[in-house]
Amino acid sequence: MKRRDVLIGSAAALAIGGRAFAQTPVKIGMVTTLSGPGGYLGQDIRDGFKLAIDMGEGKLGGVPVQLVVEDDALKPGQGKQIADRLLKNDKVKLFTGIVFSNVAGAVVPDVVDAGAIYVSPNAGPSNLAGKECHKNYFVASWQNDNIHEAAGQAATNLGYKRAFILAPNYQAGKDSLAGFRRFFKGAIAGEIFTRLDQTDFAAEMAQIRAADPDVVFQFHPGGLGIAFLRQYQQAGLLGKIPMVVSEASIDNVILAALGDAALGIYVGSHWNTDFNNAANKTFVPAWQKTYGRPITTYAQQGYDAALLIASALKATGGKVDDAAAMRTALAKADFQSTRGAFKFGPNQHPIQDWYMLKVEKGDDGKPVLRTVEKILTNHSDAYAAQCKL
Amino acid sequence: MPSPPRLLFFLAGMAGLTALPFIAEWLGVPAATTLATSMLIYGIAAASLNLALGHGGLVSFGHAAFLGLGGYVVGILYHHFVSEAPVFGWFAGTNQLVVTVPAAMLVCGLAAACIGALSLRTSGVQFIMITLAFAQMLFFLFVSLKAYGGDDGLIVRRRNVLPGLDTRDDTTFYFVCLVIAAGCWWLMQRFTRSRFGVVLAGVRQSERRMAALGFTPYAYKLVAFIVSGMGTGLAGALLANHLRFVSPDMLHWTKSGELMVMVVLGGVGTLWGPWLGAAALVALETVFAAWSENWQIFLGLVLLAVVLLTRGGLDRLLRLMSGRRAS
Amino acid sequence: MVSPPPLRGTSLAKLGRNGGNRGTLVLEQLLNGVQLGVMLFLLAAGLTLVFGIMGVINLAHGSLYMIGAYAGAVVAAKTGSFLVAFPTALLAAAAVGMLMETVVIRRLYARDHLDQVLATFALILIFNELITITVGRQPLFVSVPPVLNGSVELLPGLKYPAYRLAIIAVGLLIAVGLYGLIQHTRVGMLVRAGATHRDMVRALGVDVRLLCTLVFGLGALLAGLAGVMAGPILAVQVGMGEQILIMTFVVVVIGGVGSIRGAFFGALIVGIVDTLLRAFLPSLLRQVMQGSEADALGAGLASMGVYLLMAVVLLVRPRGLFAVHA
Repeated sequence: MKRRDVLIGSAAALAIGGRAFAQTPVKIGMVTTLSGPGGYLGQDIRDGFKLAIDMGEGKLGGVPVQLVVEDDALKPGQGKQIADRLLKNDKVKLFTGIVFSNVAGAVVPDVVDAGAIYVSPNAGPSNLAGKECHKNYFVASWQNDNIHEAAGQAATNLGYKRAFILAPNYQAGKDSLAGFRRFFKGAIAGEIFTRLDQTDFAAEMAQIRAADPDVVFQFHPGGLGIAFLRQYQQAGLLGKIPMVVSEASIDNVILAALGDAALGIYVGSHWNTDFNNAANKTFVPAWQKTYGRPITTYAQQGYDAALLIASALKATGGKVDDAAAMRTALAKADFQSTRGAFKFGPNQHPIQDWYMLKVEKGDDGKPVLRTVEKILTNHSDAYAAQCKL
Repeated sequence: MPSPPRLLFFLAGMAGLTALPFIAEWLGVPAATTLATSMLIYGIAAASLNLALGHGGLVSFGHAAFLGLGGYVVGILYHHFVSEAPVFGWFAGTNQLVVTVPAAMLVCGLAAACIGALSLRTSGVQFIMITLAFAQMLFFLFVSLKAYGGDDGLIVRRRNVLPGLDTRDDTTFYFVCLVIAAGCWWLMQRFTRSRFGVVLAGVRQSERRMAALGFTPYAYKLVAFIVSGMGTGLAGALLANHLRFVSPDMLHWTKSGELMVMVVLGGVGTLWGPWLGAAALVALETVFAAWSENWQIFLGLVLLAVVLLTRGGLDRLLRLMSGRRAS
Repeated sequence: MVSPPPLRGTSLAKLGRNGGNRGTLVLEQLLNGVQLGVMLFLLAAGLTLVFGIMGVINLAHGSLYMIGAYAGAVVAAKTGSFLVAFPTALLAAAAVGMLMETVVIRRLYARDHLDQVLATFALILIFNELITITVGRQPLFVSVPPVLNGSVELLPGLKYPAYRLAIIAVGLLIAVGLYGLIQHTRVGMLVRAGATHRDMVRALGVDVRLLCTLVFGLGALLAGLAGVMAGPILAVQVGMGEQILIMTFVVVVIGGVGSIRGAFFGALIVGIVDTLLRAFLPSLLRQVMQGSEADALGAGLASMGVYLLMAVVLLVRPRGLFAVHA
């Protein structure tokens, strides 16, 4: 029953080995969320990734690639079904794209068990960073807790003593508060778990005002974050009680909407548009020229994931069937990241620097994110020790 | 015994489904086997829902609760099997399919008994909404259960095992599901013809008449609801094994809606309808998603066309096409 | 470097330190509950009429809310004026609603609830994807109209956003208007009669078709109103209708299907219960258990609260609090 597989596999290996058919593009499977409220996150990841391919004129690392994008609709079952089809019918060996941790939980085990490689451009759930880590699983973005740890460190550096913290009542929300607490040295003045489908935060605003903390930390990804910040502004709290957030809660899209009211918000982030390195100076103008819409960290993560994959394709000459060679090449992380220094830790999650950004008035009068200072250097994650690779 | 043409259909269908993995392999589309596994599992769920919906006239908008509960029984037992900590500090976890599946059915049967006993005090729109309410409560419960992954869900790293079979092989697991699905089909068609099934149909048509004849409609409806919940729980347990993953997504109200859509799409109250509907919905989602990123609009249009143009879903459509009168 | 802000005391439980604070907090939360309730009422009013008169379960009612919000956001962005955006959004929602009724919903009156669920489920998919194709995936924003941008000091120490007060006022006005319409006009009489004795109204030669289209359009208009008013508070995004749809069904069922009065009181009850549970349950639980766990458990229980409420109401009064059928 498996004979046909073997035949096709060896034929492909011969073809690539012999260089005769080297122009057969390497297929990259991108399972991402394009519909529903989270759709714009997947869209930015996809477009960032595509930008890197377009800039290489259809090639990544000199190897022709074909990006196969499919929408998981934020349904783990749907994501799994897509991955299964790409794995078995189309023999795709390289996957990326997932936005949400729960989809990753369903899809990643299937992909890596089938001998294919997964490079995460966003979700880095704790279980896959620790006990469930896998040699074929690489995270190009961050471990989920990292972004909140950076916010906690920023709040500590700023000297705040009493923080009020809020996040939705689900795993990523709980992880975010845990991450913030891990690096925040002050006291917690109040803690609220909001409902997952909650969009009106009036009750929470009243409680924040009553508690009168030094600083507010909140994690509400996507549209929820927009709603939260607007209501924070309408409740008259913005500007009164400082806010520190992680990069998932504020980006250039949200900034454009909030206007001057957002001035003074602090953000913990792994990247910003004003980073002064060659890769970033190529990426930022190219994005603006191609898409003309604000750049988000999701776009940067998609682009960086593509650069990482490009480095591995270049090193192996596009032999994606040789998983061991691909793994070795990926683990070297031999690429110029738009965020600057980047390398992989023992669990194949990033070791990178984290920065504090601040919303300030830009040259054109509109608010922009300015990098203030580096707050964490060569930062790894809390789960690496549990990983036995 | 099933009538001869029905038996013939059944045997022909079984022959085709048995050959499917080999044909898929030969055509170079081995993923068709896992797709078919999904269809069979959702078929079991839809057929079970049809028992309440079609035969009992109980429009439940909360059957995802049983799907998710069944899945979580497998997930939690596996979680404890791996961590070796007893469940509720009381009994050990397991990865034996022969234990987890009956356990899932038992739990779902109990849950359906509780939910049904309360919900059946209402009827009509109120019944639809109260079943939804219970399902939502369970959804939020599992979302906030940190010990079992909350919203991120539980990964079932290895499928449950069956003695003598390698369930990790997708084709083997397909045949396991096929056998179970065939068993369900057989039980369903026996059920509708049994005395219980006939009384239930009577209750659906006129509760008052059946009460006058000396039956207690409440008891019949409750039993139908429980059996329906157990069947959906079975599907949930298989789905958790198939996906090797459970998450609150399986309990979300849109999943209840999807199950309902499958039944209506195929044909309410028919023997084949739910299976056809489940297969069609899964197939449409896959085909359209591969075709366009705006796939949901095509799915919506097809569903709308089916409901507006055919009265009685695909089952009816097939009957019309094959020139047979609808019974 | 940034200089550290002045210290402001590190006590954990400033909340509720004195009675006055707590009193205004409860009042403020009550207002929040009323505001949520008013929004729910605008959605539930249309849904309950459609339910009651036509016997249709319309899952796509949330889509009309979304269309109102999108129409408002797009027009506000183009013209920069909330005054233009507001009526446009209402008209857009009403027009789409009436179109939906004549093309799809009308064919479902004679069908059972299951066909209605399937058809309106399909409509949700279609509307969401149409918005994605025409407007895009990025969430949109609407600014609060400048007049309503500030806060109003209702009582000493109780400041409340003017925009939210405006929402409450509009909602209450609509409630009064609907009451007048239903109780004191001929159309209203037909609507009431339609809810209780649908076949009889038909038999009396009333153009039920037109009545249905009008009622559906009115429901859509109210949903659009809720949508456009929600625009400046929430993010306008695809799928926003489904988030609020289920809550709206809860309101309709608690209030009693077909009853505007029921929808009004049901909405207020649900809005206030939901808000108060969210606001105070975790801190109540903190009295008996450890902090972080209390917060998580409290949030979980608060999420279930309204569903539990609905289940209890239905068990005690299976037809809802204000059932129209005697």
